[in-house]
Amino acid sequence: MTQSVALTSLIARGVGVDRGGRAIVKNISFDLQAGGALVALGRNGAGKSTLLRAIAGFLPFSGGELIHEGEASEAPLPELCHYVGHADGLKSALTAVENLAFWSRMLSGTATGASVSPLEALQQVGLKRLADFPVAYLSAGQKRRVALARLFVAPRPLWILDEPATALDVASQQVLAEAFARHRAGGGMIIAATHAPLGLVDAAVLELSATAAGALGNA
Amino acid sequence: MLKYANPTHFLALAARLIPWLAATTALLLIAGLYLTFFVAPDDYQQGSSVKIMYLHVPSAWLAMMCYVIMTSAALGTIVWRHPLADAAQKAAAPLGAAFTLLCLVTGSLWGKPMWGTWWVWDARLTSVLVLFLIYLGLIGLWRTIEEPAQAARAAAILTLVGVVNIPIIKFSVDWWNTLHQPASVFKLGGPAIAGSMLWPLLIMAVGFTFLFFTLHLMAIRNEILRRRLRRLSIDAAHAEEQAEATA
Amino acid sequence: MMQSSLSALFWRELRIARSVGGGGAMGLVFFLILVSLTPFAIGPDLNLLSRIGPAILWIAALLATLLGLDRLFQADADDGSLDLLLTASTPLELIVVVKCAAHWIATALPLILASPLLGLTLAMEPASLGGIALSLLAGTPALTMLGAIGAALTAGLRRGGLLMAVLILPLATPVLIFGVSGAAAASGGTVPFHIPMLILCGLSLAALAGAPFAAAAALRARDA
Repeated sequence: MTQSVALTSLIARGVGVDRGGRAIVKNISFDLQAGGALVALGRNGAGKSTLLRAIAGFLPFSGGELIHEGEASEAPLPELCHYVGHADGLKSALTAVENLAFWSRMLSGTATGASVSPLEALQQVGLKRLADFPVAYLSAGQKRRVALARLFVAPRPLWILDEPATALDVASQQVLAEAFARHRAGGGMIIAATHAPLGLVDAAVLELSATAAGALGNA
Repeated sequence: MLKYANPTHFLALAARLIPWLAATTALLLIAGLYLTFFVAPDDYQQGSSVKIMYLHVPSAWLAMMCYVIMTSAALGTIVWRHPLADAAQKAAAPLGAAFTLLCLVTGSLWGKPMWGTWWVWDARLTSVLVLFLIYLGLIGLWRTIEEPAQAARAAAILTLVGVVNIPIIKFSVDWWNTLHQPASVFKLGGPAIAGSMLWPLLIMAVGFTFLFFTLHLMAIRNEILRRRLRRLSIDAAHAEEQAEATA
Repeated sequence: MMQSSLSALFWRELRIARSVGGGGAMGLVFFLILVSLTPFAIGPDLNLLSRIGPAILWIAALLATLLGLDRLFQADADDGSLDLLLTASTPLELIVVVKCAAHWIATALPLILASPLLGLTLAMEPASLGGIALSLLAGTPALTMLGAIGAALTAGLRRGGLLMAVLILPLATPVLIFGVSGAAAASGGTVPFHIPMLILCGLSLAALAGAPFAAAAALRARDA
């Protein structure tokens, strides 16, 4: 794996996110090195998804700073990350392999590194035989696995995963844990929000308290 | 009869009928076209442009007959929820649209030399245009709803609502004073058309009707197969998941 | 690399427009219905229809284009694709342009091709049949690009469709004015045909240059 140089560290210092005049997340700091993982824990509404979406660049930070360093550090952080959220980002009229081929071409770019073909990626998540089926025919768990296969088709050093294990059975969770280990061994980073254990060893834990979400006014 | 309502029996029946229907259609259309172009006389007023009639009138009949067939299929969908009725409905819509378009286009080509204009907004032409739009709307509805049974019920409701247009088309030439000529074949007191023109017209009409039944049967067969493929695909996707879960 | 991602996007958009529920053909049917409603409303006077034919066709094209555009970004916002497009290294402005180009080919181009045929039903003269098609060809890119701004502003809003039309229709009036005068000039009149046509081309080019930035800014500002 050659992506180790793309991103050597990701450091957050006192970042916060406001929505509708309310501080959803405030004063978050973490220090993530190549090969590291960060798991955001907290109750519903504690702001896990909001924090992840802000790191991926979909929401602005209200304060603090987020610094990324590495060979690709001149590229904006969103272009270095894979985001897997609640919506799968799949078009139901297209087949699984068409969807992946599209995202492979759309998301490849800045970072260099190992990537696999859409068909191989589907094989890794155990869906090779359904590659040519329209996504509309797949079950929720299968769609989620196609969405996760996106992680393999374009090399990006930072994986941002919002509840990645939703609708996954035990076997698929195992596949996912192995993929996480490979990604980290190659120097990749993972930030995940989760309720379920993800098999991330030695992950730093970020506990988001609901009190921060409850506080009114600007941070 | 009920035996053939089972899709599998229906497929077997269709496989046997389609070659015969297709052959009959070809014979009738060849005979009809021969009579049209080499036997039927030119009109003393309209000259040879009257020959468009032999395409125009049958396609107009078919445009309406197709809707009537679609309406009975829609009743089958609503009352019995039978998948064969769903398929018959779905297969009829594009055929109806095609025959209606043929009717409108041939009418337009005929209208230019006769009335001096491609199109007039009289009751008959307008109501046939509305029929065309209803067919297109139905096709759109079929294409938009992915779940076939749900699409069939929605299309059936729209079909039954749209059926009011059929008597309007039929009687528009009698109810309103229009440029379009009134019915001359089926009317009280016998046809107002010479026998030398009537026979080719009737043969063409029967030929078109057989053409419709051939195409309709083929389209129903395709629709049944398409549904099977869809169901098998979904089953396969789920079986795959089961197999992995147990592995 | 960027060209490859843009062509992938272009073909994906076209394939979706053709597929179930893509609505590529529905715009054309909607156009046909709008055009045929007018004679119902004002009566079958062919002289009157032939005089106002260009206006009818242009209003119908305007509505069919704009109302077809409300799903341009909405579908991507609903299924999460829009978030992922934001993480692509391809500039969002170019993504907007490519999506609009695919949308224009799937919905506006059939409408332009059908317009002379519908002009026949409105008893328009042969010269103005060509005029209407040419003026639509020159003007509809501006409509699509303006509509893209409205679609971007209302992406993620529930029931954004009508709001989008309210936002964009006032901006589309210059295109309508010069489009109709271009089509009318084709069949004689005091204005030479090329003048409104050049203005239409100018409007389309200006929209093509400016609208992607506005639409991309609106998509980035979307608080989701």
